[in-house]
Amino acid sequence: MTSPLLAVRDLRVRFATEGGVVKAVDGVSFDVERGRTLGIVGESGSGKSVTNLTLLGLHNPARTTVEGSAVLDGTELVGASERTLRDLRGQRVSMVFQDPLTALSPYYTVGAQIVETYRRHTGAGRREALDRAIEMLDRVGIPQAARRAREYPHLFSGGMRQRAMIAMALVCEPDLLIADEPTTALDVTVQAQILDLLGELQAQLGTAIILVTHDLGVVADVADEVLVMYAGRAVELGPATRVLETPKHPYTRGLLASVPRLSDPLDRPLRPVPGAPPSLLAPPPGCAFHPRCDQVIAGPGSPCRTRAPVLVGVGDSGHEAACHLEAGAGAAGVGSAERERERAQVPDAREGGKNP
Amino acid sequence: MSTSEAPLLEVAGLTKHFPGPRSLLRRRVGAVRAVDGIDLTVEAGESIGLVGESGCGKSTTGRLITRLLEPSGGTIRYRGQDITHASRRELAPIRAQIQMVFQDPYSSLNPRHTIGGILRAPLDVNNIDPPGGRRERVRELLDTVGLNPEHYNRFPHEFSGGQRQRIGIARALAAGPKLIVADEPVSALDVSIQAQVINLLADLRRDLGIAFVFIAHDLAVVRHFCDRVVVMYLGRVVESAERGALYEDAHHPYTHALLSAVPGAVGPGGGRRERIRLTGDVPSPINPPSGCHFRTRCHKARDVCATTVPPLTALAGDPGHRVACHFPSPAETLASVRG
Repeated sequence: MTSPLLAVRDLRVRFATEGGVVKAVDGVSFDVERGRTLGIVGESGSGKSVTNLTLLGLHNPARTTVEGSAVLDGTELVGASERTLRDLRGQRVSMVFQDPLTALSPYYTVGAQIVETYRRHTGAGRREALDRAIEMLDRVGIPQAARRAREYPHLFSGGMRQRAMIAMALVCEPDLLIADEPTTALDVTVQAQILDLLGELQAQLGTAIILVTHDLGVVADVADEVLVMYAGRAVELGPATRVLETPKHPYTRGLLASVPRLSDPLDRPLRPVPGAPPSLLAPPPGCAFHPRCDQVIAGPGSPCRTRAPVLVGVGDSGHEAACHLEAGAGAAGVGSAERERERAQVPDAREGGKNP
Repeated sequence: MSTSEAPLLEVAGLTKHFPGPRSLLRRRVGAVRAVDGIDLTVEAGESIGLVGESGCGKSTTGRLITRLLEPSGGTIRYRGQDITHASRRELAPIRAQIQMVFQDPYSSLNPRHTIGGILRAPLDVNNIDPPGGRRERVRELLDTVGLNPEHYNRFPHEFSGGQRQRIGIARALAAGPKLIVADEPVSALDVSIQAQVINLLADLRRDLGIAFVFIAHDLAVVRHFCDRVVVMYLGRVVESAERGALYEDAHHPYTHALLSAVPGAVGPGGGRRERIRLTGDVPSPINPPSGCHFRTRCHKARDVCATTVPPLTALAGDPGHRVACHFPSPAETLASVRG
């Protein structure tokens, strides 16, 4: 029972926008163990990307409030100085983004960008760093690595760019790799190559991975643990097989039922989740999912409409869900969440309109 | 019911070559052969899925069928009538019957027009006067796609992505089409919204008898929605079959690779699908490989694949299942071949 590599506790992120305060992340807690893969699943606006960007301090500090705690191997990340974070980024924690063309600089060769990262953290000489960069490019499966290291990103195909990004992210052999939709822009055959590559490198280097995705199939293939997010909150957390095979939260169940799969019987009807995700400017009171939920507890004073549910254990092996149906009616209230709710702005009329 | 025997849409030998990049001497070097001779038949009310990786020509095919692009060669027949190079005037009555739904619900709606105006336009352009008036018809359309008819005077920015895609679908329905070409209609939408839109399209198909050419990269969505599936690679059709045959008994190595690359894929019989990993990327369509275009990434490639283009031929047991491969075989034997 050693401490986890990354322990996030009650993380809260708020943005000041023209329309009011957006609670992008609203009290999320999770652990990432060494060498394991955590899949974070959610739709756009669920807070899955923001959670990770704020861990690395990649948010606009003028408009963002971050509260809570995120401890990476003894170092507190929330509120850490820019200097501390700069030493961590690229060395202890790296990130791979969805679109490698915007993440790579068009003005520098691919090799130079990897060399820069390596020299910044190791103080290696130019020659040594270039050798290391070529070795990494070779390792991620880029043919003729020595020649390609002298080329600019625009000469690389989408899949090759993502490989180059991974080479850059792993050049210092970080403890944690955050991959934010790393394969979403790629074709399925290339996606499969990249996911295989991440798995191989993880096995060789012992890197822990946070994989942010909207694709439940990707999660099923690569994640050990899964965190499902909705409207800035964690709705379900647990071992991937448990969450995907015996989902306990109505939203997770809804997501799984709405996605066609190759293993389905040919005429399985799709059961969509009705409605659309809520505006984070004015999330619904109580459970944010209740307006779309088919199992809302009826009656006046229903906990679904008045109190935000917290994650509670369901069954064994660390499977948790944030649903009043699982918690039973007598679960303890969540004071702090309700206190913040008073800051919520006037509902945005068009988001509240009819949406069958 | 139709007196003529001709299928709704019949495409033969369709090609589209875009001019290639200029060389140093400002000469055109080669051409991008985006669509390189494909045959396709769509019967009334049928749904055909076009799948393949980016650059395989599936979207170009859709735009050729709707005549948003001018074909370089081949023929397109709509109900027997050759529309390959029909003039604007000749096309006018047919445009109402072949409509398109686009991928991006943000850029495909004019932000300066109201929803009512957007949905009225097809009626105005085609001089359609429905009983009860055009305004009433627009309200009906909004209701059909699950939007509030009171939203007539709103602008596109007031709607979410899923709602905008419903507006795009309503616009395609306005003129009473027989065929809708839907180019990645759900890939820009959130997961929980995708199923809503797929179900809407399925309802329209059933209730209105509209045929679909459904272009998508998501093989599971195509399997759910389409009767027949056509797999394309570098501008050519490599395999086409009824969906049951294609997903359970594919014979082309590229189809095997595509299916096994789908995350969370489970093969026939419920087990984990044998992983077939393609190496490298799709070659450039400016200078595609000789013979079979797929041979450079195919583990079965032999000498003949470099010299002879494999014709699209029907399998002995199933005339509706056609494969363009010199060595077609089901996936089981393939797994043992793989090193």
